[in-house]
Amino acid sequence: MNHQLNPHQWVTAHADYLYNFAITRLNDEEQAKDLVQETFLAALQKVPGFEGKSSERTWLTAILKNKIIDVYRKKSSGLKNVTVQEAAEQEQNVFFNSDDGHWTTSGGPKEFGIEDKDNLVSKEFERILKQCLRKLPALWTSVFTMKHIDEETTEAICAELKVSAGNFWVIIHRAKVNLRACLQKNWI
Amino acid sequence: MGYLKRVIYNCKKATLLIEKREMASLTFKEAFELRLHLFGCSFCRIYKKQSAVINQMVKQLFHDSSHVGAKLDDTFKQELQGRIEDELNKS
Repeated sequence: MNHQLNPHQWVTAHADYLYNFAITRLNDEEQAKDLVQETFLAALQKVPGFEGKSSERTWLTAILKNKIIDVYRKKSSGLKNVTVQEAAEQEQNVFFNSDDGHWTTSGGPKEFGIEDKDNLVSKEFERILKQCLRKLPALWTSVFTMKHIDEETTEAICAELKVSAGNFWVIIHRAKVNLRACLQKNWI
Repeated sequence: MGYLKRVIYNCKKATLLIEKREMASLTFKEAFELRLHLFGCSFCRIYKKQSAVINQMVKQLFHDSSHVGAKLDDTFKQELQGRIEDELNKS
């Protein structure tokens, strides 16, 4: 089937869809708005190259996705910075002893009622979860969406974000330890 | 400190392995070290349970928010379509 492009209808037909796609992956409304705009403008330049193999929406989404990955990359390049890594280490010392890696007295996890999945459906908890997620580095949100929504492999994510496999797990771990601690602190 | 004792004490490493296992597979050595650690560490056993549940919840949240539907405001949309029309007229 040969798909057609109709730029006169783009905003009406796809703007909200693309906006949602971007918000879910960036957690930032302003940035999502900017990217939707950039996507349409970039797409206009690419119109002559459109071969009609995918639908208009799929084609536009692919352009947006590349733009989102650029944002991720910019954010993750900061991690190569030595001072940032040192800060991360320092921060981990709140949770783990620097000599043997054991939980610190205040850092150790306590049960706080989420261990049993049946108790989970709570609007209040969802609110706290959102709040805690907002404090996390954007990179973790990106990695998590790529993994769990787009269902990409770890290797693909590392390649796209240009992060080494070793650093990848450090990023995930650090974010999760912080998220868990934030939930425990605010939920009890 | 001997090897086993280091594994038994190191919650930082164990929790990293817990995260890794949620997303990928562990090497034989990593899997052994994690089992050994969890056997003796109640903190990390709690962490493991919570970590899995948190993954579930975040995933659910992302899925919900991608279906609920945020909307761009109409003024922004009009301006955006206007810019697109301008570009189209240029060429």
